[in-house]
Amino acid sequence: MKRLFLIANSIHHRGHGEEQTAGKNVWGHQARPAGLSLLLRLFLCVLCGSLLSSVSVAQTRDAQTTLIKNATVLTVSRGTLQNTDVLIRNGKIATIGQNLSAPTGARVIDATGKFVLPGIIDAHSHTMMDGSVNECTKSVTSMARTQDVLNPHAINIYRELAGGTTSALLLHGSCNAIGGLSTTVKFKWGHPAADFVFPGAPTGIKFALGENPKRTNFNIPGLQPRYPATRMGVEEVIRDAFTRARDYKRDWDDYRAAVSRREQNVMPPRRDLELEPLVEILEGKRYVHAHSYRAEEILMLINVADEFGFKIRTFQHVLEGYKVATEIARHGAMASAFADFWGYKMEAYDAIPYAVPIMTRHGVVSSVNSDSDERARRLNIEAAKMIRYGGLTEEEALKLVTLNPAMQLGVDNRVGSIDVGKDADLAIWNAHPLSVYARVEQTFVDGELLFDRQADIARRPQLDAERKTLEAADPNKPSPGGGPPRAPSAIRRASQHDDDIQDREDHKR
Amino acid sequence: MKTRVIISILLSLMLSATAIAQDTDRIDPKLTNTPLPTYVIRNARIVTVSGADIENGTLVISNGRIAAVGANATAPAGAQEIDGRGLMVYPGMIDLATSMGLAEIPTGAPGTMDTTELGDMNPNIAAIWAVNPHSAHIAVTRVAGVTNALSGPSGGIISGQAAFVNLFGSSPREMALVPEAALVIQFPRIGGSGFGGGAPNITPEALTQRDRRIEELRKIFRDAEAYGRAQDAYRRDPRSVPRPAIDPKLAALVPYARGERPVIFRAERDREMRAVIRFAEELKLKPIILGASEGWKIASFLKQKDVPVILDSVLNLPLREDDGYDSLYENASKLQAAGVRFAISTGDSGAHVRDLPFNAGMAAAYGLPKAEALKSVTLYPAQILGVADRLGSIEAGKLANLVITDGDMLEARTSVRHLFIAGRQLPLVSRHTMLNDQFKDRK
Repeated sequence: MKRLFLIANSIHHRGHGEEQTAGKNVWGHQARPAGLSLLLRLFLCVLCGSLLSSVSVAQTRDAQTTLIKNATVLTVSRGTLQNTDVLIRNGKIATIGQNLSAPTGARVIDATGKFVLPGIIDAHSHTMMDGSVNECTKSVTSMARTQDVLNPHAINIYRELAGGTTSALLLHGSCNAIGGLSTTVKFKWGHPAADFVFPGAPTGIKFALGENPKRTNFNIPGLQPRYPATRMGVEEVIRDAFTRARDYKRDWDDYRAAVSRREQNVMPPRRDLELEPLVEILEGKRYVHAHSYRAEEILMLINVADEFGFKIRTFQHVLEGYKVATEIARHGAMASAFADFWGYKMEAYDAIPYAVPIMTRHGVVSSVNSDSDERARRLNIEAAKMIRYGGLTEEEALKLVTLNPAMQLGVDNRVGSIDVGKDADLAIWNAHPLSVYARVEQTFVDGELLFDRQADIARRPQLDAERKTLEAADPNKPSPGGGPPRAPSAIRRASQHDDDIQDREDHKR
Repeated sequence: MKTRVIISILLSLMLSATAIAQDTDRIDPKLTNTPLPTYVIRNARIVTVSGADIENGTLVISNGRIAAVGANATAPAGAQEIDGRGLMVYPGMIDLATSMGLAEIPTGAPGTMDTTELGDMNPNIAAIWAVNPHSAHIAVTRVAGVTNALSGPSGGIISGQAAFVNLFGSSPREMALVPEAALVIQFPRIGGSGFGGGAPNITPEALTQRDRRIEELRKIFRDAEAYGRAQDAYRRDPRSVPRPAIDPKLAALVPYARGERPVIFRAERDREMRAVIRFAEELKLKPIILGASEGWKIASFLKQKDVPVILDSVLNLPLREDDGYDSLYENASKLQAAGVRFAISTGDSGAHVRDLPFNAGMAAAYGLPKAEALKSVTLYPAQILGVADRLGSIEAGKLANLVITDGDMLEARTSVRHLFIAGRQLPLVSRHTMLNDQFKDRK
């Protein structure tokens, strides 16, 4: 198993950066590879047949052409289209119109009375981050990478697809003033982890302000306290890190200048994996997603960013952002918030459900996120609350979980609305998705049908039977002495971690 | 002179506006000291819950109660008119699993937390002594249409007694409809689910410990029952029967041990629920199961034993990795189809109890009929707690706890337009509306 994944990944990386093609083709049946010779393709097919035939993920490949007929299409970008067809081809939205005819071999879905919504994008998630969200031991952990801990088998991915969510920004935890690097993913359920990484998505990093980085609520007896312990200290940590990063950047600039002058015997500076991402921030190449609560700490970070000449891409949580919406808008930052989560700690006591509408009215591009595998399954309802609380329009509310988070992640050219040419990441709902009574029927990612409620229901008797068989199996039987069954081992088998995700940055460098 | 008057009027207006703005969580005594007005709501769609909806209905509120309701109900002269055109009138929603007023800020402010007493057996602690009527959660919750909550502690094994309150009043007693409404028990179970779930660690030691705790629980109920009989015997014949020593714990338990008041048992898995039902049958208690995440697995058994359940896990992740993705969404519909008495709750300590309607709405998205979803947060909780004579539907004679909305009350996008608790119209203000007003136009 392990070897197979390695093969797949080495191929994947060869094709990387040229769309989601080569790696996919290893497993697939229909995708058209780019940049691979026919010979190589044949070779891969032989590989598929001989080595990979037992790999279950191969069965989930489904790049079939699909025609969704007669739906109410919530484009998000261009209003609502009634009785409209959407043609999905090669993983993209190919045509939107009325009375489209189905190409030969296409799957046709009658969506009469149903609604098509772009895949929901969760701009704050820790889903599929297997076993580790926080590298907590330092105040600056920009060397830690969420991309190294993706578990493509995490069941919550499937549950989130069943709620119409197709993409997420996976963020490092909020333990540190400057946290680890983030990963933007598509929920390519059934694919190896490397396929989840959103192709071409800008890279990001997590910052955190307030109670979490100052470890207010983590006074565990015996645990060493960690600097900083105040909001002043948080400011100082960030300022110190960027001061070092600026010097580090100068060292490299000097070195490169010397090389370009063809000077002899120039020594390159020692690479610093902590400072490199910060240099990327200074160069505008890496998005800062800053966990923040209180108004003054938001202003503090804007001040530091202005001083060092970089931008905050999004303020995350940004509970008191409504108090300083003007300043956030002026800085050009966006806001990704809970709809109405509040009061769970001191710095959340002034959070209000009117925050997102207030920021929206001040011109801040805002999104509603989950920060929870549970809420990520129903972000549509979280969006609907913003009609109740802030009087947003339907389209504004829908944007909070589709187009706006896509903009925040820098992937709005690919996802976030139903437009021709965009990726076919969308869900079919049985009712208007802003209704609490709405339910997802089918979810597509890159045109692949990755959640289908009817198929899920049809599979249940078989799963129940399988479960009964397993429960009756030897290790689960009560022991002969009348004692309890042996407890299942809590240790996860290593095979779940075998997907070897190489980092794009390593290739770039 | 004239300008001075105008300025002082303006100033006093500004000051009074500020006073209102800053006091959304405190109860203005004017709201509780003054006589109850009479109101008439006209031309609204009245969703009675217990009967058919009334189109263009009239509803009269007098002396805190629903005086009349119908298509042609007549209002007494001088009643305050409320135009209900385009609006809908619902009974207020009821959440039976909260710690409303006992838990202000769960993390980082232990001084605001009063849910968890030390020790395992605390039948004689009661929420009614500690509910903070000025908690910010209360106004935030009621303006969303939840007018009543059962507020209870959550520690130990016998956590204590929960209070059933109106979400309005300037003292716990003033809020209380049933001050000692139910006993809350965390039924002993094998732990181990811990952070992030996972299978319980079933070891012989864990089994022994669980059984020992259940035995302790059985013993204290038996003791209370005996204690009650001893006290009764003494009361009947104080001259020849020796006076039993007073035991506050057992005394508090007596009405529950006798099955006179409900006992709420927290239990999630099928085996735990079966154990609870056996336990309650053996001791002749009046059980309510709280949680019941696996209720769908034993729905017919729950029906057969006629044990009501409070589902506070509609919006939880499924218990097991291999459970259906919608197993908790559709739990309610399976229980309803089997005829089990049930209510839906948030199970939240306070801040998010206002999400109650969306919990019911999600259950309706997955098979629960909409009318049943509405009942699950109005009439059914009232019936399960034994207060349906006063609450849960719109009928003449019931308490006027009413919510007037611009749409389906369970929809997230719907707004509450008017609110009545115990027959008094309350302003739709809370800590959140106040902060919204203060900052929404800041430049």
